[in-house]
Amino acid sequence: MSAILPPTERLWYKHPIDRVEGTWIAIALTWCLIMFFMMIGWHIWGKQNLSTETYRTTPEQYTAKAQAVVDKWTVRTETDQKIPVVAPPPGSDVFIVARLWSFWPILELEKGKSYRLHLTSMDYNHGFSLQPVNINIQVVPGFEHVVTVTPNQSGTYSIVCNEFCGIGHHQMVGRLYVK
Amino acid sequence: MSTATTYRTCPRSGLQFEYQAEWLIKANAFVGVVWLLIGGLLAIGVVLTRWPAVHWLQAQTFYMVLTAHGLDMLIFWIIFFEIAVLYFCASTLLRCRIATPRIAWLAFALMLIGSVVNNIAVFRGASSVMMTSYVPMMAEPNFYLGLIVFAVGALIACFVFFGTLVVAKNEKTYEGSVPLVTFGAITAAIIAVFTLVSGAIILIPTWLKSMGVIDQVDPLAYRTIWWALGHSSQQINVAAHISVWYLVAAIAFGAKPMSERVSRTAFLLYILFLQLASAHHLLADPGLSTGWKVLNTSYFMYFAVLASMIHGLTIPGAMEVAQRQKGYTKGLFEWLRKAPWGNPTFSGVFIAIIGFGFLGGISGVMMGTEQLNMIIHNTIYVPGHFHATVVIGTTLTFMALTYYLIPVLFRREMIAPKLAQWQPYLFGFSMYFFALVMMGAGTLGVSRRHWDMAFQGHALAYEWPGAAYLMMGLVGIGGMAAIAGGAIFIYVTVGSLLWGKRLDRGAESPRFTPVPRAAPTVVAQTYGSAGFAAPGTFMLAMVFLVAFVLYYFINWKYLSTVWGLS
Ligand code: HEM
Ligand SMILES: [Cu+2]
Ligand SMILES: [Cu+2]
Repeated sequence: MSAILPPTERLWYKHPIDRVEGTWIAIALTWCLIMFFMMIGWHIWGKQNLSTETYRTTPEQYTAKAQAVVDKWTVRTETDQKIPVVAPPPGSDVFIVARLWSFWPILELEKGKSYRLHLTSMDYNHGFSLQPVNINIQVVPGFEHVVTVTPNQSGTYSIVCNEFCGIGHHQMVGRLYVK
Repeated sequence: MSTATTYRTCPRSGLQFEYQAEWLIKANAFVGVVWLLIGGLLAIGVVLTRWPAVHWLQAQTFYMVLTAHGLDMLIFWIIFFEIAVLYFCASTLLRCRIATPRIAWLAFALMLIGSVVNNIAVFRGASSVMMTSYVPMMAEPNFYLGLIVFAVGALIACFVFFGTLVVAKNEKTYEGSVPLVTFGAITAAIIAVFTLVSGAIILIPTWLKSMGVIDQVDPLAYRTIWWALGHSSQQINVAAHISVWYLVAAIAFGAKPMSERVSRTAFLLYILFLQLASAHHLLADPGLSTGWKVLNTSYFMYFAVLASMIHGLTIPGAMEVAQRQKGYTKGLFEWLRKAPWGNPTFSGVFIAIIGFGFLGGISGVMMGTEQLNMIIHNTIYVPGHFHATVVIGTTLTFMALTYYLIPVLFRREMIAPKLAQWQPYLFGFSMYFFALVMMGAGTLGVSRRHWDMAFQGHALAYEWPGAAYLMMGLVGIGGMAAIAGGAIFIYVTVGSLLWGKRLDRGAESPRFTPVPRAAPTVVAQTYGSAGFAAPGTFMLAMVFLVAFVLYYFINWKYLSTVWGLS
């Protein structure tokens, strides 16, 4: 019983290493480095990297900007709440306001075109979970996060809140169209 | 200098328990198990609500119960038991008295009070903020106060542990270096200090805010520092349960570490790099630079992952070497077939090692990859992953250790040994299944901490694919089976304490008997010397590596098909 006793040899650190261990350490280290460089490589060659463009913001500032876009590009409204469906031209800045407990407005984007998507929360933390693609981004109050998105398939998407945000959390769901 | 106390030598194990240490270990372990019981009862509510066909609790109750489940299990059950493990690794393994027993009892009292105060706050219903309690969502002041008091208690307990090491050294209760298991416990305690201090740094201002003393805690700073507590505390668990794995390998097989140097260096890597990992909870967050995320999430180039992969080899490897020495040398796996599968201490640990590595480890590294995180962040994949680490890994390991401690420490004959034999299989395998189907549902996007995946009555309701509902149904079934396994554990252990036959104390003496210094054995001279001592384990490791590589790249493949993001 020796893992629970002091090492029998005083100079245990001079003990040679078994080949099983040595080989495994070499393999594992190689694999670890591959994984590490994979992340860096994806920033160079991959097409899905989360932007880090972030600004401090306040609910007032942000809502004003979002409202301006909505006023300019609303094409119709949906549901009893008359949620505006906003279709700005490709390349422009689009805004989503996350608040207890809704995502507003509904965006309508074009397939294959890029948009600068702004995200923030008016109150608590929320989660931007785009389904069914399953892209998930944290939405933190006070921080305006700008992510460039390029939808690659048309259809109707949902935005589900997947950060717990209080008793209405499970009612926080929005929509997004790609034409 | 030595104070008046007594030491008893357990006739069943040869371990020596000092009087105060013995009671401290018992008390901490027992309270831990009580929290496990409470957390387990709460798990019934959580599981039966997330099972779509059952959907049991009301939303408000569900969020409250889930908050309590997370805290009682992850913080209170685990940390109480860990303090018991720390005292055991210092006082019992080094055969010395506990330093400052009074202060150790004070630590115990603080932890107990803190945990109760916190739970009362949660069950009053106005603190359903989940264990992460992200600001600016606020709980009652006592929610934070309870956690702070608990953390202070745990911090004091860590210092008692360090003090005990000093006592052992000064009173020369052992010679040479501390045993590997104690070394692992030291790792855990060092990480614990870092963790608990981070917790205090962020929870104290939050507490002040909840009382209106200060009016702002930055949400992003909160998340960053909170996760230095939240994640690093998982590393305490890893260091602690890996130490227990070495301990059980030693107890069940008389196994000796393949190489002290390798195993200790691996523990050292934990101290150096694990605390960086709080980053991998923030990969989907705004405001943090890519370089910071990449370097930190990989624990500086995955050196801590490397350490886990090393332990994952050396522990079964040590068992294999010991078994081969006993003559189980046929083929690659006779050593494993002839292992004591009927002994729940061994089977529990082995099921924990495999589940922790294959399910918890692989999924954890996948999730912790900067870009891949986007396809699972905050989905139920995440609880799937950590039930594999903290339940299959830590909890099952601690259960296995408890079976060993019932006769040795609590001096009771185990009631229902047959039931105990089956328990690790039931609990372990149903948890494997549970974790897998949760990850399945998460891969389909199902959210965690979510009361109603149907979004009933919402005009914009999202309809999940049928497979997601199926998976969540299986989560329900697997979860209930695991809870049954947990119930058996509680029945056997608490039952043994209440009704088990008392066993004799063994010889007592007013002085410690120093740890005997074994002469270097033939074993120590021969294996480990550039042989190929554990081919079976090496095979297992290769299977693991293949699974790891495949799963890792499958996820990249999926990621490459989603929307462009930059
Ligand atoms: C005995 C069987 C158990 C079952 C069936 C179970 C079930 C669950 C489920 C279904 C969730 C996810 C709920 C959701 O996000 O909507 C959950 C969350 C959680 N569980 Fe367990 N659990 C069990 C044991 C444990 C144990 C032993 C631990 C810790 C040692 C643990 C720690 C947690 C934590 C930390 C959470 C996260 C809470 C949160 O999101 O804030 N569970 N559990
Ligand atoms: Cu929300
Ligand atoms: Cu939410």
